[in-house]
Amino acid sequence: MAMTITEKILARAADKTRVIPGDNIWVKVDILLTHDICGPGTIGVFQQEFGKNAKVWDPDKVAIIPDHYIFTRDVKAHRNIDTLRQFVQEQGIRHFYDPAGPGYRGVCHVALPEVGLVRPGTVIFGTDSHTCTHGALGAFASGIGNTDAGFILGTGKLLIKVPKTLRFRIDGILPPRVMAKDIILRIIGDIGFDGASYCAMEFTGDTISALSIEERMTICNMAIEAGGKNGIIAPDDKAFAYIRNRTSAPLDPVYGDPDAAIEREWRYDAATLVPCVAEPHVPSNYAPARDRKNIKLDRAYIGSCTGGKITDFCAAAEILKNHKVTVPTFLVPATVEVADALITETIDGRSLVQIFADAGCEEIAPPSCAACLGGPEDTYGRTSGHEAVISTTNRNFIGRMGSKNSRIWLASPMTVAASAVSGHIADPRDLS
Amino acid sequence: MNKTENNLIRGKVYVAGDNIDTDQIIPAQYLNLVPTIPEEYAKLGSYALCGLPDTCLPFIRPGAQKSEFTILVAGRNFGCGSSREHAPIALGAAGIQAIVAESYARIFFRNAVATGEFFPFETARRLCETFQTGDEAILDIKAGTLTRVTSHDTFALNPLGAVAPVVAAGGLFAYARQTGMIGKKG
Repeated sequence: MAMTITEKILARAADKTRVIPGDNIWVKVDILLTHDICGPGTIGVFQQEFGKNAKVWDPDKVAIIPDHYIFTRDVKAHRNIDTLRQFVQEQGIRHFYDPAGPGYRGVCHVALPEVGLVRPGTVIFGTDSHTCTHGALGAFASGIGNTDAGFILGTGKLLIKVPKTLRFRIDGILPPRVMAKDIILRIIGDIGFDGASYCAMEFTGDTISALSIEERMTICNMAIEAGGKNGIIAPDDKAFAYIRNRTSAPLDPVYGDPDAAIEREWRYDAATLVPCVAEPHVPSNYAPARDRKNIKLDRAYIGSCTGGKITDFCAAAEILKNHKVTVPTFLVPATVEVADALITETIDGRSLVQIFADAGCEEIAPPSCAACLGGPEDTYGRTSGHEAVISTTNRNFIGRMGSKNSRIWLASPMTVAASAVSGHIADPRDLS
Repeated sequence: MNKTENNLIRGKVYVAGDNIDTDQIIPAQYLNLVPTIPEEYAKLGSYALCGLPDTCLPFIRPGAQKSEFTILVAGRNFGCGSSREHAPIALGAAGIQAIVAESYARIFFRNAVATGEFFPFETARRLCETFQTGDEAILDIKAGTLTRVTSHDTFALNPLGAVAPVVAAGGLFAYARQTGMIGKKG
């Protein structure tokens, strides 16, 4: 019986020969991911339910990556990281990246693939909605809450419902300066903010194949913004090359059957896609950037798991290398590795750090989630007034970056960079 | 945690619209609170829905620690956005015993069931335009109905199905123990 890639991964994880959408199955978990704001609550549930001295089902399958409230004076935030420190020591969990040490990494969804823990065909759950990012490497990856995560810590399993699959086929060559972010914003705009609710979003087509792994991550990252259970792209040579660079662990990829039944398919011709924005206050509020040139901005923000990877900064630098920004432009590399690459990556002999400095951007911040979700009041980049912000992040709800009176437009790194130069929302194709 | 007598929940209704996201339910700055610490659980309750625009009627009166509302009636896609379990927990800690929404975002719904904080009912009819904040209502969990006391209008809700016993038991772990899925509390 033909199955989609999502169905096959779940069937294997549940020791079943086949599953169909709607089946409630117990799956074995390969990786449980958590961070500093949900980790303590997850640990609390685990210890309350399984005992203060209980041991996690498999310490090597747990990844604890502090990234949300790191560079703050908030006392509870630091207490929460201490809670994680104590737990990893008690449990013998080695996949822990302490902000106080040389092993600090940064944003969990960029760090997890960096450390080689994302593998095709595996089941990854994380206490963060953007866990869906990891479908970019052909894994089943989905966000859950503290209670489910506490349950996994004790048992290594979770009861889930097999989702229906929605397929998005994008073919053709992306026009210059159109990025993966533009693809996913267009899709979310078309299907709506709950258009993929409870479904697997499968991305395919030669446009997708031509994308770098980091660009594929940007697409899968935002599956949740359409309500998707997971986002997924079949692993290919690019995916294997990326993974082999990170780990030599054995790989057991899964591929969907071409004749598997799906719920619905959407097709896009890449040549018709344009640089775009998602307007306040939902990620599905799509508009071409060129139609919004009248929007005056107060700030540009480049960062987060969605748009703070090295590919994102290289793209922004392509625009900024010949220009100066006219609004404060905040740069937050997602991880230490990205921050280091800003120094070593060059365009025409100039490092990205130099390009951003010459363009008049703010000093590059240390890696973390920073203002993507507001956070404690002293968070870098947090809005506090009526700022109009254009950002490479993933959500633009009221109050998302801190202030209820601030408005957020979501866009690709190139569109954000072009807009930072213009001072208004700008289409990057309209700049030199 | 949910405590209901005679399968009836009676109280005041708070009405919210579509796409009420988790940042509105519990803004990120309060996520440094850990729900398994009792004082912080209560504190989360005091912040429930404080992320709504200031033009909305307050869900919690200024200075109060809990809400005067017991039933929340909402539109589509309630709880969209983040996976933060702090969101359903804050609502439960604030005193909500049931939510009646046109539809839910997946992770929020799952978290609501797992924590057993309230009964998450769904209804095809758009009740967020029928009820008004402050209406007194009775929700019959077993019959699956919501009745406005003053007008005696009764509305049918979608059956909870497999979710009902999990929430009634008090959430995922309580249910798993009750049904023998896992052993006694450690």
